[in-house]
Amino acid sequence: MPRRSDVQEKPRDRKGTLIRLGKYMAQYKMLMLLALVLTVGSNLLQLLGPMLSGYAINAIEPGAGKVDFGRVFYYAGWMLVFYLVSSLLSYALSVLMVFISQKIVVRMRKDVFDKLMELPISFFDRYQTGDILSRISYDIDTVNASLSNDLVQILTSIITVVGSFGMMFMISKQLVLVFVFTVPASILFTRYMTRKVRPLFSRRSYMLGRLNGFVEEMVSGQKTIRAYNREKVILGRFDKQNDEAVEAYYRAEYYGSMTGPSVNFINNLSLSLISVFGVLLYLAGSMVLGDVSSFVLYSRKFSGPINEAANILSELQSAMAAAERVFRLLDEPIEPADAPDAQVLQKPEGQVDMEHVSFGYDEKKLILKDLSLTARPGSLVAIVGPTGAGKTTLINLLMRFYDPQKGEIRIDGINTLKLTRSSLRGSFAMVLQDTWLFNGTIYENIAYGSPGATREQVEAAARAAHIHNYIMSLPDGYDTVLSEDGVNISKGQKQLMTIARAMLLDTHMLILDEATSNVDTRTELRIQAAMRKLMENKTCFVIAHRLSTIQNADLILVVRDGNIVEQGKHQQLLDQNGFYAQLYRAQFE
Amino acid sequence: MRKILSYVRPYAFYMSVGMFIKFVGALMDLALPYILAYLIDDVAPTKNVTAIYLWGVVMLICSIIAWVTNIVANRMASKVARDTTRSIRHDLYERINNLSCRQTDEFTIPSLISRLTSDTYNIHRMLGMMQRLGVRAPILLLGGVVVTLIMEPKLALVLVSTLPILAVGVVYISRKGIPMYRVLQTAIDRMVRVVRDNITGIRVIKALSKTEYEMRRFEGVNEEVSRKERRANIVMGATNPLMNLVLNFGLTAVIVTGAFLVNWGQTEPGNIIAFLTLFTIILNALMSINRMFVMYSQASASAQRITQVLDAPMDLETEAPDVVDTGDHIRFENVSFSYNGKQNNLEGIDFALKHGQTLGIMGATGSGKTTLIQLLQRFYPVSGGAIRIDGANVNGIEPKRLHTMFGVAFQSDTLFADTIYENIDFGRNLPKEQIELAARCAQAADFIDKLPDGYQHMLTSKGTNLSGGQKQRLLIARALAGRPEILILDDSSSALDYQTDAKMRRAVREHYPEVTTILIAQRVSSVRTSDLILVLDEGKMLGLGSHQQLMESCEVYRETSYIQMGGGLDAQA
Repeated sequence: MPRRSDVQEKPRDRKGTLIRLGKYMAQYKMLMLLALVLTVGSNLLQLLGPMLSGYAINAIEPGAGKVDFGRVFYYAGWMLVFYLVSSLLSYALSVLMVFISQKIVVRMRKDVFDKLMELPISFFDRYQTGDILSRISYDIDTVNASLSNDLVQILTSIITVVGSFGMMFMISKQLVLVFVFTVPASILFTRYMTRKVRPLFSRRSYMLGRLNGFVEEMVSGQKTIRAYNREKVILGRFDKQNDEAVEAYYRAEYYGSMTGPSVNFINNLSLSLISVFGVLLYLAGSMVLGDVSSFVLYSRKFSGPINEAANILSELQSAMAAAERVFRLLDEPIEPADAPDAQVLQKPEGQVDMEHVSFGYDEKKLILKDLSLTARPGSLVAIVGPTGAGKTTLINLLMRFYDPQKGEIRIDGINTLKLTRSSLRGSFAMVLQDTWLFNGTIYENIAYGSPGATREQVEAAARAAHIHNYIMSLPDGYDTVLSEDGVNISKGQKQLMTIARAMLLDTHMLILDEATSNVDTRTELRIQAAMRKLMENKTCFVIAHRLSTIQNADLILVVRDGNIVEQGKHQQLLDQNGFYAQLYRAQFE
Repeated sequence: MRKILSYVRPYAFYMSVGMFIKFVGALMDLALPYILAYLIDDVAPTKNVTAIYLWGVVMLICSIIAWVTNIVANRMASKVARDTTRSIRHDLYERINNLSCRQTDEFTIPSLISRLTSDTYNIHRMLGMMQRLGVRAPILLLGGVVVTLIMEPKLALVLVSTLPILAVGVVYISRKGIPMYRVLQTAIDRMVRVVRDNITGIRVIKALSKTEYEMRRFEGVNEEVSRKERRANIVMGATNPLMNLVLNFGLTAVIVTGAFLVNWGQTEPGNIIAFLTLFTIILNALMSINRMFVMYSQASASAQRITQVLDAPMDLETEAPDVVDTGDHIRFENVSFSYNGKQNNLEGIDFALKHGQTLGIMGATGSGKTTLIQLLQRFYPVSGGAIRIDGANVNGIEPKRLHTMFGVAFQSDTLFADTIYENIDFGRNLPKEQIELAARCAQAADFIDKLPDGYQHMLTSKGTNLSGGQKQRLLIARALAGRPEILILDDSSSALDYQTDAKMRRAVREHYPEVTTILIAQRVSSVRTSDLILVLDEGKMLGLGSHQQLMESCEVYRETSYIQMGGGLDAQA
């Protein structure tokens, strides 16, 4: 299935990419050397075949009653040996290449994944999940296929071309002149085809990608189309896209399908010329019959790789593009290292101060301007505002997913830049809107942040989060594996599990993204209760979607279009009669 | 596959011409080695140089004929493949459009998409390849065998005897290898899932400093994928060396046997040379047939998936009209419904709505809100009871007429890669004023006017270049633009702030006073001004009435209201 990314992505830095690919291969120098030896060996042995068969035919040539069986058997015996060894070598080679390419691929995937773990959050905000996934699976696969096939193929082609040319040259210098016609013909033809056909093929992939995109849109939007009675109109549009796609396919094939017959023609042309001149030379006595035979066989071998060349080139091109996409990811700057004198934050009380903090995701466009706030241990800071207004920004700064351009954030009086990231992040518990559970048992998921938590501790946390009874009702209890296709666990129950996870952490600071809009009322009540318990004695930062929860917050930050436009307590803000007051009143309209 | 092949039938004549041309070409290819043998064995001994040149010219002509005919035939084949694929795709898309929602659910949308894209693509490839190689490869194989038989039957038998060994070997390897690829695919899926897990959970992973743990976890799946891939490739990698080995052994046997025959005066050395050339032809033909075999099995799986959709029975016929005048606009009479035919997803739904009234529906996810409005539009037929619009049972209304009554903004609705204007108009050719009014009422005009190209602004597929709130406002505008009798807003203002939401509702009341509205919402504030509010819980009606009535009678509604508005409501009310 051609993918949309097929659309002619030309490698930008071919040399650099090659060098880096080379480095991966260089790690397996000895194996690569062995592969080289095997390739050369098996191909040379293959090349000996026609020569031996030629000798055997020479032994047969004298005709009835005069065949030299001794020599025939001798050469036939060698043929068997060489062909057998050659096949064994070529199988050994393909096994070896599988090993090498798999080693390289495992290494690459590991590098990419490890890199992902080190990249700052901003990377994940910029790139789409699908894009990252396609690099670690599809792109690396493309490189892999190319490594295990194309390299051997290229080497084989070179050996075959050079070897058979040498053989033919040895057999008959005059007959080699035939290739003065056919080789340039092949080269010219290949160049013509690549020039003419490549744009047609990329157009074909492009059109197909477009059709796929259209189909995806329209089939997903089927209910809408039906609800508006638009089936006919959309079918008309589909037909147009379909026409263009099959036409582009046809155009590409119109020229593309010339390749096979044309290469075949060049082959046949060589054969005809060799036949005539070979026979003439044979008559003139400057060639024996076995030589004509070997020559014919070599000439077939000779033109094979030329046929493949165009193919391999385009495969290599896409492999290079894929490799480059992978390397570009590996080149992304990672989170800067902790300061050398960074301290480990241990069990902070939970005093959080922000002083004159300015920040923007884009340095030119500041979102926070000179923000200062103080949260005492155990206090509640709420962040409110319409969806998409940038409420998570503050959380990103607290956790040092991003660093502010100006100003200081202090925890228990220590500048967070002077703390190790892992100890800083470890001192917060988080319950986010997207309940994140991974493929693993419930026990593993709850104990995720607290390795070494005992079964009893996990159960206690689950009890506190009001989810213990539910877990026990599952057939496997805490050992139930959470998977996409496994047990059906509702969103509310998932949320309760992440609350249990946070309970187990035993920290003094808490970040809550309080989103319960998709949860039924009864579960919501339970979650509210669990959350209240979780919030006890902690400094809490709550992203509030409902105004009811925050009326007793110690500090409310009102966010609008990415800016903090107001801050204060509930009553103060109402009295100001600004945006918060508008928001608040709107719910009663 | 038979159904797919029936699409080729209109082109049968054209195709047979192409095949015939191909046949001629293949014969030419076979003739060349034959002539070579003749040259060496019969012409050379006469030492007639002119005759040698003459035969050389004949060979050249054969080559040219083979070249031209093959290209012409290939192009004809491409044309047939193009036209066939076009009509298969057209019919498939049309059928998908007409599937009932129940059928769509059964096939699932991603599967339908892949049937329409990768499956039709496989068919297209297969149709081209089968025509190109389907004639040529068997003819080269058979012809090669026949020519060798004519030239020298005994030698030919030596050659032919290697074929079964080859077939057994290749079949054995693919039997063993192909299932291994299936196992590999599941391992790859697992690996991708781990990576996806990690990308979506990156904040949690970093917060809990679990990156090293995750690296180890990934290492496990990474190794596993590699182990499986290695195993599969090692098995499948044996095919080519095996083919080469067997055929080359056959070739050696031909030479030895040939030596005896020549010695007995039964054949000429030239024949052996021609044999060697024919050998390469046969080997290549075999490899092509092997490739065709793989492609055919792929394509027939695709064909089956396409046929499944094409052959799906027509569902959901319109029944005889059934009209009972009740004076209500929309009326649900004890409606029940079940997706799977076992437990009910909706039960005992009973309410009536007059022209111009608004119904608010509240309830948790999975409580049946969206199902209810899908029944109203007859995406699914009710399992019990009746739904009436102006007294007419929806089961008896022509789908076309039924659907023109509605303006709908679904919960997760689609915007298309087109201009904003076209997304609102949606191919209906509505007057411009109507579209602009709808955009204004939906509170979308503000942000549209701020765009440099206004209504002509291009959206990306699924509207990914808009914020959630902007998308919702466009969807509402689309629903309003057709001036529908019934407006359905399925949780389509959840991303709007309270203020915008309220403004939108006010504007709708003002400019579309005659429209009957059904409003699904999670927020009490969105529905509290509705004439009638329906509280759903697990498919059953938990309460029905005005806000005041429900505050008194329905506990769930009251609780939700307190949670969301912090009791501030009573203070204000």
